[in-house]
Amino acid sequence: MRSKSAPWVLMAPFLLLFLFTMVLPIIIAIVQSFLTVQRTGLVGEDGAVSRFAGLENYLAALTNQNFTDSILRMLAFGVVQVTVMIVASTILALLLESASARWPGLFRAAYFLPYGIPGVIATILWSFLYVPGLSPIVDALGWVGIDVDFLGPNMVLWSIANIVTWTYTGYNMLIIIAQLKAIPADLYEAAKIDGAGPLRVVTSIQLPLIRPALMLTIIFSIIGTLQLFAEPQVLSSMSSGINSEYTPNLSAYAYAFQYNDLGMASAEAVIIALAAFILSAAALGISNRLGRKS
Amino acid sequence: MSTSTQTQGSSAHSTGGAGTPGATSKRTKTGKAARESRTAGTKPTTTIIVTAILVIVALYFLVPVYWVIVNATKSTEDLFGTNGFWLGKSFQLFSNLGDVLTANGGAFPRWALNSLLYSGVGAVFACYFAVAAGYALAKFEFPGRNAIFAFVLGGVLVPGTATALPLFLVFSKIGLTNTYWSVLIPSLLSPFGLFLARIYASAAIPDEVLEAARMDGASEMRIFHTIVLRQLVPAIVTILLFQFVAIWNNYFLPLVMLADEKLYPITLGLNNWRAQTDRLPEFYQLTVGGALLSVIPLAILIIVLQRFWRGGLTEGSVKG
Repeated sequence: MRSKSAPWVLMAPFLLLFLFTMVLPIIIAIVQSFLTVQRTGLVGEDGAVSRFAGLENYLAALTNQNFTDSILRMLAFGVVQVTVMIVASTILALLLESASARWPGLFRAAYFLPYGIPGVIATILWSFLYVPGLSPIVDALGWVGIDVDFLGPNMVLWSIANIVTWTYTGYNMLIIIAQLKAIPADLYEAAKIDGAGPLRVVTSIQLPLIRPALMLTIIFSIIGTLQLFAEPQVLSSMSSGINSEYTPNLSAYAYAFQYNDLGMASAEAVIIALAAFILSAAALGISNRLGRKS
Repeated sequence: MSTSTQTQGSSAHSTGGAGTPGATSKRTKTGKAARESRTAGTKPTTTIIVTAILVIVALYFLVPVYWVIVNATKSTEDLFGTNGFWLGKSFQLFSNLGDVLTANGGAFPRWALNSLLYSGVGAVFACYFAVAAGYALAKFEFPGRNAIFAFVLGGVLVPGTATALPLFLVFSKIGLTNTYWSVLIPSLLSPFGLFLARIYASAAIPDEVLEAARMDGASEMRIFHTIVLRQLVPAIVTILLFQFVAIWNNYFLPLVMLADEKLYPITLGLNNWRAQTDRLPEFYQLTVGGALLSVIPLAILIIVLQRFWRGGLTEGSVKG
């Protein structure tokens, strides 16, 4: 009686979309990354032919100083920004869930608000606070004798980190709070009977039990870091420190739409995707190992 | 909302479910109990210190929004001439906002409607497709179901760029670039939504209910539309909101796909205005006013819905 086709009918629209907008583009990207376009004639006026290039594009991408610099830049960015953000999210979640917090709902909403603001708009908002002449912060720092150029070549990466932290801290905090709420109350009771102080409760009960939520937020943040695009792209017109290959994603975009080199753009996109996979898998592996030890 | 949904919601809540009114009140109760069990012995000084920290952090999260509200009331002259954290000499909020709405022949309202169209239509259909597929994966035994699920999960990890560039090539081959479809079609897919729907469906829909409906001779599609969708309301709301915000915030895809300013969502349009401030300072006032207008609706949405939303976050994340 149970129709065999029912699950397939239910899944059909999703699977068709998945194949068309996800699988097909990935296959094209991989194929494209092994091709190179050869233009014939002096300035390419006789048309262009694609030919198999093997790993040429990958080698070119990995030996392209700008691209490798952008990857190293994102690693430095990720190590600092993700750490700061996850630690901040965890502390805020613990504080809001602690008995001492007043009006937790109000604060939760305030911290989560930036998540609803698109990265581009967030960058525009913060750029108002970065630009000298517009920014009261730059003015105030100037009065006390500190000259900060938030958009200067050395500072701008951390100005971007600030925008990303501002946008996603509240979101990560909510994921952590959700898991804190799932901790059974009798565990707290037991800890109290055993005479555990608040700090002990945090280190022995809360932190170990929110590990899955922490892993999830870390992995999503790593993927997000590798994909950084809107913030540096918007700030690039205001800062001399940002070139068109400042992040891996900007680089892929530049190769596709400015330099018209799809092979290179695809190779870079594939490298970014692979890096995201490897880093996420590493994060999961570390988490599992820690889980087994404890 | 029917009583059955409410009970369902709160029973699912114990395993990490979300926000029907029933579930919310239950959560607050357990939350309070847990809180009280930790409250004993809390000193008033601790409360003051913790609250002070929370207030300072709140200032950080609100300062750009505060700046934009204050400065949307100023003239261009005051924007640069007066302190950014305080009102200027003139108060022209309404004429500024009027300018925002009429500049470029009403470009801003058009971008806002485009954003609403992409996010609204995209979220509704993406949610429907994801829930149907997630339910099928949770409640039917068929060969290949684990493989499909693993495959789709892998899709969550693939960066947007990796697909957006080749998708542009595909769309340009079939002549879809620079149309509404080029942004809408990729927005109809929500692997994360399928993930949430599958987890929620396996927890919230008892097999007995499905069997009983089949006994009564209901078709599978009828079962899905009348019974399953109703049981999955909390998951549906969560997926809808997530997908809505995800499309609303997307910048890369429309940037790659669209050339015609008339098709822009608000993100692209506003950035276009900002980019013109270098040459034309009056665009500063438009950008500030436009930023304010585009922040307000989502701010209200988030404040109203965050109670509801918070629960929904539990499912996918914590069980993952």
